[in-house]
Amino acid sequence: MATKRNLFNTVWDLHKVGTLESGQDQLFIGLHLIHEVTSPQAFQMLEERGLTVLHPERTFATVDHIVPTASQERPFKDRLAEEMMQAIENNTARHDIEFFGLRTDHQGIVHIIGPELGLTQPGMTIACGDSHTSTHGAFGAIAFGIGTSQIRDVLATQTMALSRPKVRKINVTGTLQPGVYAKDIILRIIAELGVNGGIGYAYEYNGEAIHQLSMEERMTICNMSIEGGARVGYVNPDEKTYEYLLGRRYAPRGENFERAVQFWSEIASGEDAEYDDVFELDANTLKPMVTWGITPGQAISVDDRMPDPDRLPEEQRDIAVKALEHMGFAEGDRIRGKKIDVAFLGSCTNGRISDLREAARIVQGKKVARSVRAFVVPGSKQVSMQAEREGLPRIFQDAGFEWRGAGCSMCLAMNPDKLEGREISASSSNRNFVGRQGSPSGRTLLMSPAMVAAAAIAGEVVDVREQIADLQPVG
Amino acid sequence: MTEIKKAIKQITGRGMIVPGNDIDTDQIIPARYMKVVTFDGLGEYAFYDLRYDEQGNPKKHPFNEPRFAGASILLVNRNFGCGSSREHAPQALMRAGIAAVVGESFAEIFAGNCTAMGVPTVTLEGAAIQALTKIVDADPTVEMTLDLPSSTISCDGREFPFAMHPSYRSALIAGSWDSTSVLLSNVEKIESLVKRLPYLNGFAHG
Repeated sequence: MATKRNLFNTVWDLHKVGTLESGQDQLFIGLHLIHEVTSPQAFQMLEERGLTVLHPERTFATVDHIVPTASQERPFKDRLAEEMMQAIENNTARHDIEFFGLRTDHQGIVHIIGPELGLTQPGMTIACGDSHTSTHGAFGAIAFGIGTSQIRDVLATQTMALSRPKVRKINVTGTLQPGVYAKDIILRIIAELGVNGGIGYAYEYNGEAIHQLSMEERMTICNMSIEGGARVGYVNPDEKTYEYLLGRRYAPRGENFERAVQFWSEIASGEDAEYDDVFELDANTLKPMVTWGITPGQAISVDDRMPDPDRLPEEQRDIAVKALEHMGFAEGDRIRGKKIDVAFLGSCTNGRISDLREAARIVQGKKVARSVRAFVVPGSKQVSMQAEREGLPRIFQDAGFEWRGAGCSMCLAMNPDKLEGREISASSSNRNFVGRQGSPSGRTLLMSPAMVAAAAIAGEVVDVREQIADLQPVG
Repeated sequence: MTEIKKAIKQITGRGMIVPGNDIDTDQIIPARYMKVVTFDGLGEYAFYDLRYDEQGNPKKHPFNEPRFAGASILLVNRNFGCGSSREHAPQALMRAGIAAVVGESFAEIFAGNCTAMGVPTVTLEGAAIQALTKIVDADPTVEMTLDLPSSTISCDGREFPFAMHPSYRSALIAGSWDSTSVLLSNVEKIESLVKRLPYLNGFAHG
């Protein structure tokens, strides 16, 4: 265990209620976020036991997974989706939980609205029934994805039973080159450390390359920690964090804000903080990354070829063979030049305003390839409204993209947005698992939003670095 | 309030082999079957897209193999249950009759979800899982017993010592795996922490 304390251990200790007989710690959860898919059974369990919500003021709700993005008129055409919608409306009303529903200006993907509202703050513990809860770690919070039984625990007690993980510092030095993004950093980290390399660890992303990133880019990195097996990923708070939070609805105000900054700066890992493990990555040499397979770890640089499974470490072979078979690719194929059918811009990984701005910069004045259906799903109503103020929908629509309402959409295809048959998508989302985008035989290539935009125009995977040099800002 | 407490010390049953590394929870239960407000009935959708083709015809999959019918102990490989945190995945397995999962390693959220449902997830080294798999493959009718207090699986006259998260093991043995009542018993400590946490108290120091 580290003695010179890192942020993770400081925040953990601050929230520790005690140690349970099982040996786990009982950890207080400062912010609990819920959505329509994983919470109804938890409310049902509470009611079966005659329990109430202990601190309803620390739980906030929205709807994201099942909401249609073409028309959000009620009742939804999908009867099951409508039923889930009604369940969360009823549960939040009955238990006095603030609900950012479709009629509010703050509906959106749960991991996008938390930061937007200033709910997500440094030094907090955050839990949500969604594995991408690690996103909130970008603010120096420690944020856990949890299952439904744990949602029940958090609702009933505002705490949960957890074992303290080890902490691995991922030190990213250097500076990203134009056309290379936060998404490429995290895809490279997962490719290097493996999809199970983070089991038992929290990841602290540190180093100059990380602190040069905007808050939104940091969220992209923390978001995909779980794809590397790490349940928690975080960045120490700095001036950019404080600046982002200032003036947001739930952020501290006035003198409170000054005191908050003091507290936030004190919890950050110091120069001499100790870790259970350290991993180094050089951002200078990073290139755009694209997945070729069926796990987020199966990613290569855009100018690389797909691996020969026989030459991979033993534990990666079986899944590499399966991947090539599912994708219809062969060892030695280049990823560059692979044709796509669908381009999806959105998700909790890359559905924020900076993602859409960068993609708009690529597509401005161009046309989506005839064979490609392309659409943009802003991560939240706020992202959508801001995009409208900047004229982004027009740029996308002129290029042939559809502009949709906010939600998770084709990241996991619980709404009508799905791949069909063996369609292949260029996707700014986080998972390329078999069937993830709604068709059991569908195929997903994960990449940065700029790379998705460039692929939509070309109709195939291209290297966005070759286009980025000549571009102008949008507008 | 209803007290739910059930000590889980021993599980005896037949094994079912679901081979492969990195089997994610989207495979275990496709997202389209999560459009429900209860976990009841999820059992029939376990591994749905691997068990049935797009026309609904059965495919080759352990869950479709008659020799594994009625098996309750799942034998898997590395990083089982990775990806989405959906508890729907272990709920679907449990409702399909699975009472314990034995593998080389598990994704963290999945293992936590299983424990919270009273389903042990235990790990064996690669060679041991291969040996156990071989026994079950040769004779799927053979029973095995997973014994938590001694951390061993006995099967066909052989003993396989397993590893397990110590707190998961003790919570299952003590019957405190359904953690709500344990956590709630500390409500005074919880409320005293609420009064101390800087961000719940205007960041006042001292």
